[in-house]
Amino acid sequence: MRIALFATCIVDAMYPETAKSTVKILERLGHEVIFPKAQACCGQMHMNSGYMPEALPVVENHINAFDTEDYDVAVAPSGSCVASVKHQHPFLAERLGKPELKERAKAVGARTYELTQLLVDVLGITNAAEQLGSYFPETITYHPSCHGMRSLGLGDRQLDLLKTVGGITVNELPEADQCCGFGGTFSIKNADVSSAMLEDKVKNICSTGASACSGGDASCLMHIGGGLSRTGAKPKTLHLADILASTMEETVSL
Amino acid sequence: MTQVFLGMPAGGQGNLFEQEPFPKAAHRELGNTQMRKNLRHATHSIRDKRLKVVGELPDWEALRNAGSTIKNNSMATLEERLLEFEKNFTARGGVVHWARDADEANKIVTDLVRGTGATEVVKVKSMATQEIGLNEHLESEGIDAFETDLAELIVQLGQDKPSHILVPAIHKNRTEVRDIFLKEMPVVDPNLTDEPAKLAEAARAHLRKKFLAAKVAISGANFALADTGTLGVVESEGNGRMCLTLPETLITVMGIEKVLPHWEDVEVFMQLLPRSSTGERMNPYTSLWTGVTEDDGPQNVHIVLLDNGRTRALADRFGRTALNCIRCSACMNVCPVYERTGGHAYGSTYPGPIGAILSPLLTGIEVEENGSLPYASSLCGACYEACPVKINIPEILVHLRGEDVDAKREKHKLPTQMDLLMKGGSWALGKGKNIGLLEKALPLGRLAAGKDKKIKKLPGIAAGWTKSRDIPAPPNKSFRDWWSDEKESK
Repeated sequence: MRIALFATCIVDAMYPETAKSTVKILERLGHEVIFPKAQACCGQMHMNSGYMPEALPVVENHINAFDTEDYDVAVAPSGSCVASVKHQHPFLAERLGKPELKERAKAVGARTYELTQLLVDVLGITNAAEQLGSYFPETITYHPSCHGMRSLGLGDRQLDLLKTVGGITVNELPEADQCCGFGGTFSIKNADVSSAMLEDKVKNICSTGASACSGGDASCLMHIGGGLSRTGAKPKTLHLADILASTMEETVSL
Repeated sequence: MTQVFLGMPAGGQGNLFEQEPFPKAAHRELGNTQMRKNLRHATHSIRDKRLKVVGELPDWEALRNAGSTIKNNSMATLEERLLEFEKNFTARGGVVHWARDADEANKIVTDLVRGTGATEVVKVKSMATQEIGLNEHLESEGIDAFETDLAELIVQLGQDKPSHILVPAIHKNRTEVRDIFLKEMPVVDPNLTDEPAKLAEAARAHLRKKFLAAKVAISGANFALADTGTLGVVESEGNGRMCLTLPETLITVMGIEKVLPHWEDVEVFMQLLPRSSTGERMNPYTSLWTGVTEDDGPQNVHIVLLDNGRTRALADRFGRTALNCIRCSACMNVCPVYERTGGHAYGSTYPGPIGAILSPLLTGIEVEENGSLPYASSLCGACYEACPVKINIPEILVHLRGEDVDAKREKHKLPTQMDLLMKGGSWALGKGKNIGLLEKALPLGRLAAGKDKKIKKLPGIAAGWTKSRDIPAPPNKSFRDWWSDEKESK
């Protein structure tokens, strides 16, 4: 399959390894990965902050970048950005009275997948060790990010795949379905409430005894990691793409 | 066809306002550790109960869809439904009053009570009368209103404000309740303990006299059925049944959005509401009344149909489904923000996720600090998932943030830091080559990090982030550049 990678702005700029891991996993399965260079960001930060006219060029850019390229499906290592592409882009177009853009947004959204959605639903991956060669000899816990869990309805796809990684131990995270408090600019505008939510998430992660907390969204992991780091807690954060890409030969270190 | 713009319908009045920006109110409430403990305990136990009883129904999603569809249809034909209800309610001996806003509704109710000669009324728990500040208004007119719902009684005796739409005293624990009873009840056992049964007994003894003496009761309604002219109240304690049957005069204040088309619709909502609100399969008391029944129950039956901003909310095509709310409170029980700040932080009668959209929709976003309410959410979506009528609260929150920014755009003489960040971001993230250009400066960001490769302090509006979180040093090279170097050059 020809797969277009939507790296997402945060992964592109802050966590390039996660995008490389995504490419590795897909290439390992024999697919061709392309990276449409015109892409930048899904525009979620602008929309969720209420800056709709400012969001428009960002959203239009994404749609232009992804409906002109030749590919079978697009994939992003993020539930949140995919949910934005699928749901928020048509909503913004509707809200700003752009019916043609809305149709194009819906078409792009329909063939954009979150990484585990693509792996499980389209590519039929159910055992990461056997089918991807994934190996990661650490004890981890897993935080299901809200937009993947609720907007995309990912269910246990991410957790189930992580559990099948070779050498891994996955400890259950108490109150896993509770938001970490990131919420984009929510963490700035309502920093106190956000911090109170993060405090509980950090406490729960530490209670698992894991050496890392994994998840499917770099932004939430940056938030959680920032809290763990500030409190001097031992666990690190690591995107699930990095764990799935890790092998016996090239094992990712924490 | 020529369209005549008639202007935005009037905004709601009364207790619908956030008086200070939400982050400021939240900061204060977050410091109340006892309240946070009480609230965590209470919301978590209601959550678990709800999940259990919802999980029992194989057709829960179909029920949610039905609830949502019935409400949407009802809202789309609201005018006809209301007129149909008026006709049927009147035909059965009831009297219908129409109130544009809180002031009109308060005046209508006051005049009706005056007309009976009563100076005391008993009340069934009602959000509409909280919204319009009816108790305070009646008091200023020399009429005492006694709340008969246990939690409302606690709030009223404690001269407090409700902090939850279903469990108004959720922020108090039972020891605090006992202390309020000991201090405020005229006749009370001085050895009262904080055992729930003893507290309920004290409230029962206190209220029984009121029920038997009252000539007038005031209620809200969970629904009105257009095709039969029936009103319904769903409750747990039986205080509602007492108020709805014993007095001579019954006055109901109901928001116009509560009308349902058909008698049959009750079936759907009686499955959705108790499970979503108290986590029960069925609530203990459901009272339905259709006008006046001779020699049985109140002989003077009135309803005040309240707009107070509802027409305004209905005119907002991206926000109108907020009117589908059946006041079950599931959204606040699952909300991580509400759990930590409590209901008082929202200012309005309607707290939590539904309040964060409903209050500004009813009043207009630019009134008081209601523009800060839609930001009181991390957009985690737990509210939407729990809502029995599938109100897409996160989407409406985002829509209202857009309304807020647009309203403020015109007022700001100088752009705020957020404005600058968003405008700069719009350029930077609007083209692949722009973000690519900025990413060339990533190594510079590494200079801001300490030896441990962490950024610990950011300036300006981002300072809130680094109060409790580090940021990792950025990488030397973006993915984009890596791709160009490694993939494209080969």
